Amino acid sequence: MSFLKGIAASNGIAIAKAYRLVEPDFSFEKRTVDSPEEESVRFQGALETAQSELETIRDRAMEELGADKAAIFDAHLLVLRDPELVSPIEEKIKSESINAETALKETADMFISMFESMDNEYMKERAADIRDVTKRILSHLLGVQIPNPSMVAEEVIIVAEDLTPSDTAQLNRNFVKGFTTNIGGRTSHSAIMARSMEIPAVVGTKTATEEISNGDIVVVDGMNGEVHINPASELLDQYRKVQEDYAKQKAEWAKLVNEKTVTADGIHVELAANIGTPKDLKGVRENGGEGIGLYRTEFLYMDRDQLPTEEEQYESYKAVLEGMEGKPVVVRTLDIGGDKELPYLNLPKEMNPFLGYRAIRLCLDEQDIFRTQLRALLRASIHGNLKIMFPMIATLAEFREAKAILEEEKQGLAAKGIKVAESIELGIMVEIPSTAVLADQFAKEVDFFSIGTNDLIQYTMAADRMNQQVSYLYQPYNPAILRLVKMVIDAAHKEGKWAGMCGEMAGDETAIPVLLGLGLDEFSMSASSVLKARSLIRNLNKADMESLAEKVLEMGTSEEVVEAVNAATLS
Amino acid sequence: MAEKKFKVIAETGIHARPATLLVQAASKFDSEIQLQYKEKKVNLKSIMGVMSLGIGQGAEITVSAEGSDEADAMNTIEETLKREGLAE
Repeated sequence: MSFLKGIAASNGIAIAKAYRLVEPDFSFEKRTVDSPEEESVRFQGALETAQSELETIRDRAMEELGADKAAIFDAHLLVLRDPELVSPIEEKIKSESINAETALKETADMFISMFESMDNEYMKERAADIRDVTKRILSHLLGVQIPNPSMVAEEVIIVAEDLTPSDTAQLNRNFVKGFTTNIGGRTSHSAIMARSMEIPAVVGTKTATEEISNGDIVVVDGMNGEVHINPASELLDQYRKVQEDYAKQKAEWAKLVNEKTVTADGIHVELAANIGTPKDLKGVRENGGEGIGLYRTEFLYMDRDQLPTEEEQYESYKAVLEGMEGKPVVVRTLDIGGDKELPYLNLPKEMNPFLGYRAIRLCLDEQDIFRTQLRALLRASIHGNLKIMFPMIATLAEFREAKAILEEEKQGLAAKGIKVAESIELGIMVEIPSTAVLADQFAKEVDFFSIGTNDLIQYTMAADRMNQQVSYLYQPYNPAILRLVKMVIDAAHKEGKWAGMCGEMAGDETAIPVLLGLGLDEFSMSASSVLKARSLIRNLNKADMESLAEKVLEMGTSEEVVEAVNAATLS
Repeated sequence: MAEKKFKVIAETGIHARPATLLVQAASKFDSEIQLQYKEKKVNLKSIMGVMSLGIGQGAEITVSAEGSDEADAMNTIEETLKREGLAE
């Protein structure tokens, strides 16, 4: 047995067999063959097995994940049977008497470099398809196995270097009980995904893929950030007990689903949930979310090869608004750029993507994209309680311009006789320090603020949140951050507006007491955190938290703040 | 030999899903089917060939078919292009 320490990314305990989402060894030697005919037969055999494997995966993807996700495998099947790929390989085997692996690799590499040299991001991406197919054929020539996550048919723990959005899209939610990765932090895609799937995860273990083999029994302790590999039976029993207790605890929290979020001294705050797609609504309902505090619309634009149409967007927004039955739904307009790329937009690579051309900056420039989204939102507005917010606002001029565009689209729809809700609150994400500092001015023009702490912390501390070497600077409890949060909340209240928070910090047990004391009106978090937060808030006294907040704002370090919070809440 | 010219009207040109549909359609026939764009001619049964042309909106393309089922093949390709709103 052995043990790994990582970052606790999603609560709970998972115990299951390991399933490695890791590439096998594809190395081989170039060699001559005595019988090119036999080699050619071996190559055909590998092609056939690869084809039937791909067909199975495609059918499975079609059933479990839908036609969208299955389409990629159709494309792979065509590459696999592409005469321009297959014939030259056969030729090569015969004319050079070389092994099929070499003939395949050399031919495929030629195509890959051809596609990679095209000056179109989309075409460059096609090189990846050829690479994928080549690997699949190679795996059958070499007798190694490529992981096929969509084929998993028993309970597993996924072990990977990292999980990308397309990896997680292929996972079957019924069988994946947890995951652990080598890299990543609390705000990386893998962590956010785990929380939305409500499964335990430990990320940033550095060596999970080296230490864990397929079939090992793995315990993922998402509370303490620990991973145990083939634990001794006593430890396993202990963890089963913890797992049971956690389930009981969750059942206890579940009783609060229909309860109001009210402090012990009777003050109500709103607990909302963050979602990415209409599919996430189920989790929001099951966890008693009082609204949607952040609908990340990027997912509509990702994992596809062209922009979503106005109609597609309208359908998604409508589904969410109707699904929430009149409860508030805050939709964030497109926040692309930074760590979220859209290959089909052909955006140039940047030195500092987080400080670059992204979110509202891109939308104000590429107005067609922005206007399409706004029209879809306005049309959907009659189906529920819609609020719109713009991401990455740095100046008042940006907000005014975005608002003017929204007004133009509203008039345009009105001119065509299309109905739009009468009042739609318009707010901004506060994630850039300049905006937090100038919140008093913004508050005169916006209807609400939503503080995006993941970015606000990274920009305030000047620490890239994707860079593990500076992850110690990701300090939500740093008094510098807390003071910025206070400025934003106070500015909102002075103008009679409300302030919410939709970053990770809003669902954090240590941060909640302080945020409550600072007067935050709305807390938006992963749906899976809502009940726990509700249970916590119902036991806190707002008046006490106000004096706690006052005290911690005068402190110098995160550590002192954590200590003060613990002293005030555990007593 | 059957031959026909088309003008691409799809906003995204011919890649990804449209290319997949065309190649799937062409692969059902025995005839040799070629797609020409500018000076470059590729096998319409080859997904990589078709995508390598990088055909965008407004492009003039020529489809040619030669073989026992060339007329059928041409009809099917034309029908696919029009049904999917790719070309006219």
